[in-house]
Amino acid sequence: MEFFRDANIDFLGKKWYFLAFSLVFSIAGIASMLFWHGIPLGVDFRGGTLVYVKFSHTPNDNAIRAAMDKVGLHNPRIQDYGEPGRNEVLIDLPVQETNEQALDQGKLQIINALQSNVVPGKEDFNNASLLTIANYLNQKDPLHLSTDSAQKYPDIAKALIDYRNKTKGGVIASLDELKAVADPAVVSSLNDGFYLSDYGVYQVEIVGPQVGKQLQTQAKLAVVYSLLGMLVYLAFRFELIYGIAAVITVFHDTLITVGFFSLTNKPISLTVIAAILTLVGYSNNDTIVVFDRIRENLKLMRRESLADVVNRSINQTLSRTILTAGLTFLTVLALYLFGGEVLHGFSFALVIGILIGTYSSIAIAAPILVAYQEWRSKKGKGSGTLGGSKLAANEAKSIKSGRTTQVPSKVSAGR
Amino acid sequence: MNKNLGWKLIAIIAVLLFFVIGIFGIPKEWSGKGLMASLGDRIHLGLDLKGGTHLILQVQVNDAVNVDSDNAVERIKADAKARKINYASITKPDPVATPDKIVVTGVPTESASDFRSFISDRLPEYDINSAPNNSWVITMKPQSLADLKGRAVQQAIETIRNRIDSLGVSEPTIQEHGLGDYQILVQLPGVDDPERVKEIMQSTAMLEIKQAMGGPYPTRDAALQDHGGVLPPDAELLPTKSSGDNGPQWYLISRAAAVTGRDLRGADSSRDENGAPAVQFNLTGEGGRKFAAFTGSHVGDNLAVILDHKVQEVAVIKDQIHDTGIINGRFTDQETKDLSMVLRSGALPAGIKYLEERTVGPSLGADSIKAGVQAAVIGMAAVLIFMLIYYRAAGINADIALILNLIILLGFLGFSGATLTLPGIAGVILTVGMGVDSNVLIFERIREELRAGKTPPSAVQQGFAHAWITIVDTHVTTIVSAIILFIFGTGPVRGFAVTLSFGLFANLFTAVFVSRVIFDWILSRKQRGEALSI
Repeated sequence: MEFFRDANIDFLGKKWYFLAFSLVFSIAGIASMLFWHGIPLGVDFRGGTLVYVKFSHTPNDNAIRAAMDKVGLHNPRIQDYGEPGRNEVLIDLPVQETNEQALDQGKLQIINALQSNVVPGKEDFNNASLLTIANYLNQKDPLHLSTDSAQKYPDIAKALIDYRNKTKGGVIASLDELKAVADPAVVSSLNDGFYLSDYGVYQVEIVGPQVGKQLQTQAKLAVVYSLLGMLVYLAFRFELIYGIAAVITVFHDTLITVGFFSLTNKPISLTVIAAILTLVGYSNNDTIVVFDRIRENLKLMRRESLADVVNRSINQTLSRTILTAGLTFLTVLALYLFGGEVLHGFSFALVIGILIGTYSSIAIAAPILVAYQEWRSKKGKGSGTLGGSKLAANEAKSIKSGRTTQVPSKVSAGR
Repeated sequence: MNKNLGWKLIAIIAVLLFFVIGIFGIPKEWSGKGLMASLGDRIHLGLDLKGGTHLILQVQVNDAVNVDSDNAVERIKADAKARKINYASITKPDPVATPDKIVVTGVPTESASDFRSFISDRLPEYDINSAPNNSWVITMKPQSLADLKGRAVQQAIETIRNRIDSLGVSEPTIQEHGLGDYQILVQLPGVDDPERVKEIMQSTAMLEIKQAMGGPYPTRDAALQDHGGVLPPDAELLPTKSSGDNGPQWYLISRAAAVTGRDLRGADSSRDENGAPAVQFNLTGEGGRKFAAFTGSHVGDNLAVILDHKVQEVAVIKDQIHDTGIINGRFTDQETKDLSMVLRSGALPAGIKYLEERTVGPSLGADSIKAGVQAAVIGMAAVLIFMLIYYRAAGINADIALILNLIILLGFLGFSGATLTLPGIAGVILTVGMGVDSNVLIFERIREELRAGKTPPSAVQQGFAHAWITIVDTHVTTIVSAIILFIFGTGPVRGFAVTLSFGLFANLFTAVFVSRVIFDWILSRKQRGEALSI
């Protein structure tokens, strides 16, 4: 089986279409960043308080909003989260309501506001920690263990908590359900000390403004450093212009990927930045494969124009480019579809980035090389520069160190 | 040639076994359950997968600097008195922004050189510079300042570790964090309700016993008014704990401490003379001597016990006190237990502030593992099947290399004790997708060479040789990205960088070396001129 056998597509001839395509997406992204959604930052970067709550019934956003309003939280963003039917809600407080001095104040206010069915003097089982339950059982000693109670009750408490969290997904509706995993005496003792609210908090993220700013700086630095790293490596392995072409290409990919986040108003979190950095590396892979082939062909096809050499190189590597991009895309798609809500932004960035990165190594990187070449010859500096002395010298070096073409054929001749 | 091949096969099998042991260890029990148990022991899951609390806090290092410079002020006063050097005032102009800066004014010209020499003698950690109008500016040397701040962070880490250990949290991580902002990272696996832990960590338990020079006043303003709006330079106003509806009361307290938490030898919960919960403490030998000297010379004065800048208790010194004392002030039993525990664990050298708090409930972690593994299995299966269809027999070769790649990656995680996070699982999946790139590069090249009319052995040779440089280039760029990610990232993101870069390293071995050996083995069993299935 084989795709793209003997492909012969004039990619460089279509460079204006490519340019138009890239411009449309870049400009749409930039426009959205400037005039529409801005760059939507996740809580990691903007700071703020996120509380993820699971209800035992279908949540009512208006009731939640009213409850928040009552405790003085006026601008929470309330969003259904996760798969429908799991009754999960994300409550998002902006950083302005995140107190520098008492970071968790917003969280405590939210928890207070949501409280229902409160029985004075009792605790809420759905939000009780392992420690609280173990302590309570130790004090009450419903099984009259007296001597080894200190060992037994933590285990019982663990079983109860596991039942609540793992079997019931975080909230139970009646304490009697616990009879499935504990002695009835334990359950009736719990009835004396606990009540059940209709929600459980299953995840909290609070980021103070200081950390947010620090992470922003770090993320920007990380992206810049990795672009610089690529530039240096490619300039060292090929020639400066190759490095510049690759970095422009990757920058284009990054811009369009971030643009997609802005257009779809998806928040950019730390893991999204991780995905973007990975793309910086990955998108360069394709570009390098094409560049490698251009370099090789420049040596073999000395009489043909650079445009022809580039076209031929792209076509020769097309099968590989599409194949590996397709395979990586398959894995990333699996991640996007089955990897769960937490990785959603991360896999979205990879899905977009791999598509754009593959396209750009064909449509952007190689044409930049040719355009540079044409610009140089117009300036009258001669045409042979790109495939000229420095590349030849590089080749000579690699042959000496035994890493390319000639050496292995010598070995096989020796056999 | 064949003998050589045999050795290579043995090497590959040895590597395989080695990393399988890395994944499972040597299980105690040869059953599915036993294997899963030892797998769980060897692969450390990150907080995002097993649930727990992640906190970043910042040590308010200026607190520690203020303590040091307050002591320096006291020493200057005492020494100036002993050497009969006059001065008009000695102040710290801005304890918030420049806590190490001390300004002395009105030193007579004739004592200037004497003053300068005794400061540099007695306070070697400080620089002294002259300022206009016979004043002097004394600041801490930059190196000493940095050392002091660094020590404060280290001491805070130690103290927090002691306190968390005494709470019985298993496998906590407590370490310095970030790029020099005096931050500490605390990770508490299994704790999804951090309130009590935070309270205990946060209480600086900065115990100071100082002279109370005036009060109580109902408000801060009343206290200021009583002193004509200007406080004595060596005193400050501190509030009491507020109780019920009444706000705090205010006391005028001297800045210098008679004894501090550092002079403590021990502390325990106890009862005061009225039977109310209280904390009893005793002092070290040196601390006891200091305290005896102070109380001996201040009989009849008021003494304040100050905890975390709040006045706990004010009492009259009836007699000289040596080395034990009691703190009371409307505590509950639990509070006295916690307080004596934190006093015993040592005081934090400075206050701490929370910068970030994340908790992941255990059910979410379990869901994440399920989703991550599901995505990994589906993605991997898709790639394996595709390679079989597209490259036929050579697809088996690629699939063996990929599976080996995965085993090495997981084995590495087991050996190194690196943490597997949810993005880390994504890194594993991506390694599969990117790792197969090397195989495709090689196979496509072999096909090209075959099309050009080369014999299978020579096509394989050429294919590997040509693809090698490209493979190195593509791996380097991705690993450069991953290293930068590791340097700048934290927690889960680091887990991703680790799995991705190690997966790609392993890929160099599997896609290039292992694949090649398999090809050579197939070729050695073929007749000359027989076609290669690719």
